[in-house]
Order: sequence, then structure tokens, then C-alpha cells
Amino acid sequence: MDTRFFVTWMEEITTAVHAGRDRLTRLDAAIGDADHGANLDRGFTAVAEALAARPPGTPGAVLVLAGTTLIRKVGGASGPLYGTAFREMGRALGEAPDVPVAALASALEAGLAGVRRLGGAEDGDKTMVDALAPAIRALARCAGEGGEPEEAFAAAAAAAEEGAKATVPLVARKGRASYLGPRSAGHEDPGAASTVLIVGALGTAAARRRPRTG
Amino acid sequence: MVGIVLISHSSGLAAETVVLARGICGTDVPILAAGGTDDGEFGTSVDKVAAAVEKADQGDGVLLIPDLGSSVLTARLLEQPGSVVVADAPFVEGAVSAAVAAGCGATLDAVLAAAEEARTIRKM
Repeated sequence: MDTRFFVTWMEEITTAVHAGRDRLTRLDAAIGDADHGANLDRGFTAVAEALAARPPGTPGAVLVLAGTTLIRKVGGASGPLYGTAFREMGRALGEAPDVPVAALASALEAGLAGVRRLGGAEDGDKTMVDALAPAIRALARCAGEGGEPEEAFAAAAAAAEEGAKATVPLVARKGRASYLGPRSAGHEDPGAASTVLIVGALGTAAARRRPRTG
Repeated sequence: MVGIVLISHSSGLAAETVVLARGICGTDVPILAAGGTDDGEFGTSVDKVAAAVEKADQGDGVLLIPDLGSSVLTARLLEQPGSVVVADAPFVEGAVSAAVAAGCGATLDAVLAAAEEARTIRKM
């Protein structure tokens, strides 16, 4: 995947978050403060503007600019968390002009490590980690088997979706939802739900970049 | 003197806590508020916090005291070991306690300890 792919990925995330804004807000209203949809919509809209204004020259630079923009524009906890994830991914990719799936999986792993370090969340705390970690495992597994990027992205999206669904019965141990204690059970975590959109956008970006003929 | 930045979701809460701390500890301590988002909503602005850190920094280090959630994450993004540190402390009590220590000329480590000790002080 080249720089153009990563810009397309960010555009597809912006579209998906905008379309999913009300659902994210509904999920956040149940166990948070009902601003996740609006915050991410504002953040990724700003990312799209920043990328258009100053087109970066490498995949890593796209991700660092996206992360920095999210940190500056989101205002809620998802800004520092997603911002750190993208910045750490970008740093992990360095100056590489082209990124195979295995390198993308490693970069996502660096992003996840950043999220864990900043927020202190572990698996099963009912956070974005519960969707992101299985998605990365699926991506790495597919990369190891030498499959096409599209197959790897589909597997990652399915794993993220499954991980997000699995947050429903959990009791939150991090973030605003953790104040609710056992009452947080029975609701999907909004951060895990937005991670599904972000991971899912890899597939839509790939489909847009490589239109099938015939 | 060690600088202090109070980071709250609410610009009013951060600003008034600064007023309270100055009222108790005097106006010499460089204690600044960084509350709310850039457009005045509830939330945290990394740009506001970074600007306040720069202003509070007299060369002896800066202590960040966040209230909840994204304030804590934003504060942690700006951590620089040895020069910008984050207190895990109750917001009001920690701010007053840290301002008293800073006003006495305490080091960054001591101001951090004063803020964090505020958690153990019982009111009753």
C-alpha cells in the first residue's frame, strides 16, 4: 500500500464515521457522555482537511499528520487515544514508501501499544482495545499466510466486529463508562464500535483503489 | 518556582480553581488554567494545555493536575520526564496542596508529592 492508499483509508474513515455518527452517539449516550460520534466526526473531518491542505509524502507521514490532528481537534478521550495510535503507527512505518500487509500489522501493533500505554486498558476492559487487538491478530495471521490485502482486511474487519460485539456483556473498567460499574454491562462499547469503522475502512479503501474490471 | 497547570473539562472549573489556589497560596505561584476545548465546550484542548505549560514554566518544571478522563490522557501526552509531570490527585485539594508547596520553593518532585498526598488527607 502506497501513500495514496493511506490517504484513501483516512477518507474512507471520515465517510464511515460521518455516516455512523448518530449510532456512535447513541452507544455513548447509554454508558458515556454522548459525544463520541460528534467528536470523531469533527476530528476526522479535520484530518481530511489537513491531508488536503498539506499532502504528506509517505504513508508514515499521513498517519502522523492524522494522529496529530485528532489529538488537537477531538477534545474527548478518543482524541489522545486514536491520535496516539495513528502517530505511533506512522512512526513505526518510518520513511517506507510502500507498506505490505505484514508491515501494516506491525505498525498497528505499535499503535495498540501506544493506546495501552496511554490509557492503561487491558483486554476485556470494554474499550477500543477489545476490537483493535483481535483485528491486528487477524491481519497478522493473513499476512503470514501470504493472502491478498483484501482478504486480510476482510478478516481484520470481521475480527474487529466480533470483538466489539463481545464488549456488550462486559463491565467497563476504563473511561467514563467505568463509573457505571455493573450498569455498563449490556451495551456495546462506543470506542470498540468506532474501531470497527476504522478497521472496516481498510477494506473499502482497498476496493476503491483497485476497482475490479469485467 | 515550579509551575502548575490545572486541566479540566470545564474552563470555568479550571479558572475558578486557579483563583481559589491563588487566594489561599498567594499570587506568586505560576498556576494557570487550561479548561475546555478551543471553542469553549466541555473537553480538553492539547493546544491550550501546551500554551499554559509554556507560560507556567520558569525553568524549575511544571506540574499538570488533570480532572477526569480526556484531561488525564491529554496531560499524559505532554509529559516530559523530569520537567513536565502529571499528578494523580484530587483536583481541588491537589491544586491547593501543590500551590502551597510550589510557593515555598519546593522542587518539582516535592510539589508532585504534595499534590498526590492530598488524596490521603481526610476532611472528617
